[in-house]
Amino acid sequence: MNEAMILAAEGGTNPIIPNGWEILVVAISFAILMYIVVKKVVPAFEKIYAERTEAIEGGIAKAEEAQAEATAALEEYKQQLTDARTEANRIREEARSEGARILADLKDKAANESARITEQAHAQIEAERASAVASLRSEVGSLATELAGRIVGESLNDDERSARVVDRFLADLESENENAGAAK
Amino acid sequence: MIALALPATTQDEGGFSPPTIADMHLPPLFSIGSFDFSKHTALVLLSVVIIAGFFMYAARKGSLVPSKMQFLGEFGYGFVRNSIGKDIIGGRDFMKYVPLLFAIFFFVLVNNIYGAIPILQLPTFSHVGGAYFIAAMVWVIWIALGFKKHGIRYLKLATVPSGVPWYLLPLIIPIEIISNFLVRPITHSLRLFATMLSGHLIVMVAGSGIEFLVMQENILLQGTSLLVLAGAIAMYFLEALIMVLQAYIFVLLTAIYIEGALHADAH
Repeated sequence: MNEAMILAAEGGTNPIIPNGWEILVVAISFAILMYIVVKKVVPAFEKIYAERTEAIEGGIAKAEEAQAEATAALEEYKQQLTDARTEANRIREEARSEGARILADLKDKAANESARITEQAHAQIEAERASAVASLRSEVGSLATELAGRIVGESLNDDERSARVVDRFLADLESENENAGAAK
Repeated sequence: MIALALPATTQDEGGFSPPTIADMHLPPLFSIGSFDFSKHTALVLLSVVIIAGFFMYAARKGSLVPSKMQFLGEFGYGFVRNSIGKDIIGGRDFMKYVPLLFAIFFFVLVNNIYGAIPILQLPTFSHVGGAYFIAAMVWVIWIALGFKKHGIRYLKLATVPSGVPWYLLPLIIPIEIISNFLVRPITHSLRLFATMLSGHLIVMVAGSGIEFLVMQENILLQGTSLLVLAGAIAMYFLEALIMVLQAYIFVLLTAIYIEGALHADAH
């Protein structure tokens, strides 16, 4: 042990006693390295990392954007489809109500028409009846006059006779009427 | 210590003289005053050029679909950023510490890997100065962060564990002070330094052992050098693994210390 210590002291080679110059060399070298690392190396690699992250996340963002666009387009189409359906429904509804209206109109018109025709028929019948009554009246007058003349011509006292005259007259009248009916 | 003493007793007898720690210090290429510009110095400076050059070259295009170089650069950067920075420090502001963790990890890694590269073959942290510097820097940073974040209350948070009965505190507090504030930077630096030194020594011992055995006149004794060679190759790969592992452990501890200081109130 002692021998070793002496040897170490003589040779100056105790390994755990540092050489000041060596410390200085390492210190300066390390300082230079540290400077380069801080200024150049770390920023360069961090930039690469950041760019790569950016590229990957940018890609993801782009994909998300496309997805959102597609969803929006789908929404729009759905909306348009709904609109179209509503429109179609509206038109159909309109057509239906239009049809109903037209039908009601027609019915109305038909009813009016029939009423009018009936009215006209009534009026005509009335007119014909009136004219018939008028002609009948004048005819009855003349007939009555004629009948009275005949009755007066024969004998107004003979009841039986006058009754026969009236009967005969009425029978004539009837047959006249029948003839007229047959002629008609 | 026995290894250190060995040369003194055996050198004169013409036997095998293993390399010593003195052999770790190669003669300087040139000197300015007391400053020796050695292979060690050149390698430390070279590591800055390698790291900065590689990562700036890898990131120069910054394309979204990375080239092989960029992929490798992103893999290295992403490893420190996410596996160490984000997973351990976490929170929203872990990005503040990523440059530090990144610089420490690759500085230590490249300087360690030198030991596995023929010709270069010198892990620079087998000289303790560099390890002391980085560990001390980390020590200052995490303590400063602790006080910045929690104010003077940080002393209590860092030394008084919650849930400990009051009568144990006189015992616990000194232990916590020693383990947190004094032992941490020492173990942090010596762990790295010692593994690198021992790994390098093993390779050197194996190398000189092979040389010694091959120089022997006895053919059988020469043959045993093959055994040493096989062992040396196995040790070489183990050392390569340890070099990477130590860089990882070093930066992992850095992150854990920073996280511990930032979230002292949660522990």
